[in-house]
Amino acid sequence: MIGRHRHLIALEGLSREEILQVLDLAVSMKEVLSRPVKKVPSLRGKNVVNLFFETSTRTRSSFEIAAKVLSADSLNWTAAQSSTTKGETLLDTAKNLEAMRPDVLVVRHSASGAPNFLARHVGCSVVSAGDGAHEHPSQGLLDCFTLRERFGSLEGRTVAIVGDISHSRVARSDLHSLPKLGAKVRLCGPPTMIPQGIERLGATVHHDLRTAVEGVDAVIMLRIQHERIGDPLIPNTREYSKFWGLNARKAADWLKEDAVILHPGPINRGVELSSDVADGPRSVILDQVQNGVAVRMAILYLLAGGAGDDRAEKVSA
Amino acid sequence: MSNPKDVIVIQGGRVIDPASGIDGIRTVLLREGKVAAVAERVDVPAGARVVDARGRWVTPGFIDLHVHLREPGQEYKESVATGTRAAVAGGFTAVCAMPNTVPANDNTSVTELMLARAAAAGLARVYPIGAVTKGRKGEELAEYGELKAAGCVALSDDGSPVMSSALMRRALEYSRAFGLPIAVHEEDLHLVGKGVMNEGAAATRLGLKGVPAQAEDVMVLRDLSLLELTGGRLHLCHVSTAGSVRALREARRRGLPVTAEVTPHHLALTDEDVARSDYDPDFKMNPPLRTAEDVKALQEGLADGTIDAIATDHAPHSPEEKKLEFDAALNGVLGLETAFPVCLDLVRQGLLTERRLVEALTVGAARCFGLPGGTLAVGSPADVAVLDPTLAWVVDPMRGFSKSRNTPWKGRTLTGRCTHAFVGGRLVHEAGVAP
Amino acid sequence: MNAEAVQRAVQRIAHEVLERARAEGSLERLAFVGIRRGGVPLAERIRAEIGKATGAPPPLGTLDIALYRDDLSQRGAAPVVGPTDVRFPLEGRTIVLADDVLYTGRTIRAALDELVDFGRPRRVWLAVLVDRGGRELPIAADFAGVRLEVPEGDDVQVRWRENGAAEDSVVVREGRKP
Repeated sequence: MIGRHRHLIALEGLSREEILQVLDLAVSMKEVLSRPVKKVPSLRGKNVVNLFFETSTRTRSSFEIAAKVLSADSLNWTAAQSSTTKGETLLDTAKNLEAMRPDVLVVRHSASGAPNFLARHVGCSVVSAGDGAHEHPSQGLLDCFTLRERFGSLEGRTVAIVGDISHSRVARSDLHSLPKLGAKVRLCGPPTMIPQGIERLGATVHHDLRTAVEGVDAVIMLRIQHERIGDPLIPNTREYSKFWGLNARKAADWLKEDAVILHPGPINRGVELSSDVADGPRSVILDQVQNGVAVRMAILYLLAGGAGDDRAEKVSA
Repeated sequence: MSNPKDVIVIQGGRVIDPASGIDGIRTVLLREGKVAAVAERVDVPAGARVVDARGRWVTPGFIDLHVHLREPGQEYKESVATGTRAAVAGGFTAVCAMPNTVPANDNTSVTELMLARAAAAGLARVYPIGAVTKGRKGEELAEYGELKAAGCVALSDDGSPVMSSALMRRALEYSRAFGLPIAVHEEDLHLVGKGVMNEGAAATRLGLKGVPAQAEDVMVLRDLSLLELTGGRLHLCHVSTAGSVRALREARRRGLPVTAEVTPHHLALTDEDVARSDYDPDFKMNPPLRTAEDVKALQEGLADGTIDAIATDHAPHSPEEKKLEFDAALNGVLGLETAFPVCLDLVRQGLLTERRLVEALTVGAARCFGLPGGTLAVGSPADVAVLDPTLAWVVDPMRGFSKSRNTPWKGRTLTGRCTHAFVGGRLVHEAGVAP
Repeated sequence: MNAEAVQRAVQRIAHEVLERARAEGSLERLAFVGIRRGGVPLAERIRAEIGKATGAPPPLGTLDIALYRDDLSQRGAAPVVGPTDVRFPLEGRTIVLADDVLYTGRTIRAALDELVDFGRPRRVWLAVLVDRGGRELPIAADFAGVRLEVPEGDDVQVRWRENGAAEDSVVVREGRKP
């Protein structure tokens, strides 16, 4: 359980305390990753099923490693998007997987709300590994973890998120977590990439990169997906890069000395981020990757550790 | 002459008949399929069936301009028989059947089949609506003259807007030859794109692709503009935006021959209800649920007569089409059995008068397509609804009369229910009595 | 047990550890690991006593065994995980594993599992303040401050100043009888 929740589908419904519960535990989990034997037996005998309807090497591997470090058995079920449209519904797939009695179902899906749908129809805990343009809660938590590790506290800090906010589940999860930890959020991108009503989530909206990043403590650069070009949200990547991409010169001229750069990956080098920034001293992108494992260990431990409600009753009965 | 058993006396109820200006306790006498008398005192003929309507409303049977009966072709969702059974249970004694059947109702054989099925079912009256274009493809005009001769009362490509302005112009022009209104589902498909709910803060939070209100507004403005050129009769289906109401109000002020309907769900729910439903596809329909400001404009438009009628857009779908990801689920919700209590709630909130509510469900609807009924004037067809405005009930989709269960009201307690429905003087529904 | 008795018990354990380490010639390679949270003050205090005697306190680490428990599936919620901190190599060392109360032996089993994941010590001794009996696993204390027979279901609590108590004490509370 994460606070009151047996699923982790969105950070929108998580309180500050519940977010901190995961982040604090992730500190201990990160220590496990530095041990000579990077394995603890806590989830021995637990099953984690990774159900991925969208290809994602990074997030899936991260969850897989997290499960392995905790000694859980993990199974990867990669369903091509097309196979579901060919007849097997999401509900069928879920029922099939449920027959394998998983303790945690980690799901990535292109449809927003697919994890909510699954959570209504399966008995195990559901963890969203990203759904459509809705949320990517473990990414939001690892961004918080990375910034907390860097700055100690997010109280009074300012974070800019730059890119295609409309299609970004990362931006939404960041928006539902960073402010709860005391940070202010600025959003930046071309107006075609800023969705209606996003400012109601407690962020300021900017279209000019310089004003968005000046004075901030961290910049989260989002990946520009090539399929958005000609959607048509932007004319081409060249123009995008010129006005909304970050390179070493802009970083040096506009950013505070100790401001850090985050990116959920994979990076389009030369589009949203130049290599000299991605690999430069401000970049905490590789920290994010390691922290991702620690945060996902914490998530799996909290949701798979401890008996599910129904099973707890059976044991005591 | 007539069998006394065919004589029905509905006693002690509050008769609300906006068409004839009656609102008061009256007795209604139905004889030989017609309204024979509406008066404070009526002698009960020996052998007549007496319905005690004390504490209830007695109104003309409701008329629904917008129903998907799904027959022919999609009888797994609904049939003429089940759809009209649901209709009378909701107080609707006449329904207009949309032509998006399989095949589409773009020819007389489909029209005739619908009417034959309706006659066999013997429940609500069915008025078929013919297609504007062949196969509802937006390419060639359908045969309006033939469709009218077969019984169609209006034309619509509902669900598939005629995107070509040139073709829409010709449709409006050609329909004049037969006096058929064209009922338009206003939606610019390019603006809709892959949108699945109203564009705005709720969609942004949910990460669902949005449909801007302007997708409807620009088409409403286009068709009102064309109407000035062509004449004819335009009927706006299920208006859902403040922009539509504004344009409509302006058009009516200028005397354009346009009418409009609004659904109970657009009057009562917003896009925030989609968010609260946690991606429940039973809150997915087209047009989508809009914002609170839009809902307010629709309520005002209905109250002041800018919008003529309440129509349900009853759109049954099977669980296989609804128990899916929100993106993948089909659009549409049931409406016939819940329309009255949902709209009655607007009366309770002081947003609508009782008279205006009944008008929008009866004569207001009838006038849009020039349909008979919608009144209890002596000599009219004996289509009558008896309604208990205080009866509270919990919506259980498993216990509805529709074949389908896709209602956003499931599990909710609604207040107000039809207790008796008469079509042509025959009792076709009595609450709590098996058909 | 009051504070004074606790202090005497700690000193006796320290003395015994020192003697045995000297006898075996492993004093130079001694290290302490406290099991969170009750074992950490015990480890710290024994280590301090030995430091006083030898002038050089041995290294100290802490273990949190939450991730090594074997009863996760029987608990309603996952136990809270605290920090584990073992910064010295274990190879060749004599480790004094310290806990406040020895009961079923399951905590020690988990701690041993965790400890060996950090390396391969030469030997491990177990020091506890209270051995209350009731073992469920073949585990025994090498050093015990006090040995008590406490009925199953009763609760033995060691309260350390370091963990927020006004003064050190050991309390036996009657619990629910099974």
